[in-house]
Amino acid sequence: MKARLYRLNWVDVVLNALRIVIIVAVIVGAFNTITSGKYTTDQWISLVMSGLAQGSIYALIALGYTLVYGILLMINFAHGEVFMSGAYTAYFLAIYTAKKGWLDSHPFLTILSWMALAAVVSMVVAVLLERIAYRPLRGAPRLVPLITAIGASFFLQYTFKGFYGSAFRTYPEVPALKGTINIGGAEIPIVQIIVFIAAVVLMVGLYWVVEKSKRGKAMRAVSENKEVARLMGIDIDKVIVFTFVLGGALAGAAGVINGLYRPQGVNFFMGFFPGIKAFTAAVLGGIGNVPGAFLGGLLLGVIESLGPNLVLDGLGIPAANQLKDVIAFTMLVLVLIFRPQGILGERLAEKRA
Amino acid sequence: MALLELENVHSYYGNIHALKGVSMTVDEGEIVCLIGGNGAGKTTTLRTITGLLRPREGSVRFDGEDALQYATHELVAKGLAMVPEGRGVFQKLTVEENLEMGAYLRTDAKAIAEDIQRMYELFPRLGERRTQVAGTLSGGEQQMLAISRALMSRPRVLLMDEPSMGLAPVLVDLIFDTIQEINKDGVTILLVEQNALIALDISHRGYVIETGAIALEGPAKELRDDPRVKEAYLGG
Repeated sequence: MKARLYRLNWVDVVLNALRIVIIVAVIVGAFNTITSGKYTTDQWISLVMSGLAQGSIYALIALGYTLVYGILLMINFAHGEVFMSGAYTAYFLAIYTAKKGWLDSHPFLTILSWMALAAVVSMVVAVLLERIAYRPLRGAPRLVPLITAIGASFFLQYTFKGFYGSAFRTYPEVPALKGTINIGGAEIPIVQIIVFIAAVVLMVGLYWVVEKSKRGKAMRAVSENKEVARLMGIDIDKVIVFTFVLGGALAGAAGVINGLYRPQGVNFFMGFFPGIKAFTAAVLGGIGNVPGAFLGGLLLGVIESLGPNLVLDGLGIPAANQLKDVIAFTMLVLVLIFRPQGILGERLAEKRA
Repeated sequence: MALLELENVHSYYGNIHALKGVSMTVDEGEIVCLIGGNGAGKTTTLRTITGLLRPREGSVRFDGEDALQYATHELVAKGLAMVPEGRGVFQKLTVEENLEMGAYLRTDAKAIAEDIQRMYELFPRLGERRTQVAGTLSGGEQQMLAISRALMSRPRVLLMDEPSMGLAPVLVDLIFDTIQEINKDGVTILLVEQNALIALDISHRGYVIETGAIALEGPAKELRDDPRVKEAYLGG
């Protein structure tokens, strides 16, 4: 017994203590809040729904991180800027179509056209990134493309800043998306539901591509063993470009969805936080795992939305609503410490091999 | 004319000089084996032929053309296929998806489906497990899958890296019978083996490789009777 105790690593002891403290804090906080009756059921429902809507946006961006990681074992830290490029460019089309009155006459088609433009722009940016910044470094140690990714990310941010300044530009209002629906006594904005449905549709489409299409199967083959994939006659460069195309298209679509849902508009820096949050979501779900990224995104959105009111409020922390980001990034740290493979992921040790 | 021809090939892993001037030929319709011990350069030779490893010196010719100008996937398009060492099936893909990957460059969907059926007739156990992920197959089944997958590209030359490795003797016999059948259907075969006896049994010609260079070559029957081969590889 004594010998066993000696073998206990003090790091493990601290981590386990931390684990217990966090669990107790969450339980106590949630218990206090719920028993205090400060919030009504419909308030909870609307918090969950807005969490799902925000989480949908994270999920779509997270898919891009996870796809690229699955194939290249690298984190494309410029992916937030891929998202920004599409959203920003589509903004100009949005203003133009709104001025022409097309947004009022054919709202659905007009928004689709924004999405198409954003998807194409993001795709092009993602493919150029791969060609210029990542491909020449493919044989390099894994830290090198990571540094390049951060450089590329600054390059894209300040290019947009140089051209368009740093003001926030707001997407035009879409009358068709106004109004609310009553769900369980809560008035839920229609736009949240549309955002969620759009994300689910895109996710199902992506899942079909990865699981059933020939290109998708080739992606999975390359992700597992590049050398054998080449022996099958697969041109792995093409597969890698295809991966960036898929991730870029989803990020572009997410950019427009974000513009419709979040009123604060587009700005050269808008990709940074959603990018990091989406990265968190991808890690939470298990990086490299496609359904995991989607699940992680939704979960992060909901946790971020519920957490301040449910847990922090109950613990008596003031201005809990401003601590959303604290919750999100605490999640990232906790996942990395306690379950680095994420919810659906495999063990990292296997992935590295 | 030789279908596959290596001339004075020198390959390196970093600074390690792995192949020191290998020359060999494989003619159309032959089974040629390349035998040798661990680390002699057998796998390196196959990797050099398929373009996975670039030689620093020497030439590799496939069907009269310089093979070094092509990437691996282009050589596959020209009729080269390989059963990699340790089988290398895609563990997370199903048996059927593995076979589809073997036919990646083909576009004739109907003929591909027929070929998949033929593979299931060749190895009925694969048919029974068509929807299982390949990681759940036994070693022998994975080897069958790796061979079938390579055949799905309808290759002219099949390179096989240690197909007997880790298999029970009964399965080894089955695999080697199959190799002979494949050859009778017109596929040229270059077989790399540590198990010299069984490899020489089914081959027309053989090469013995030692520390990166060809030490002996000749008709398989002569090599089998050669005292040096007997001593080194056939247990006296």
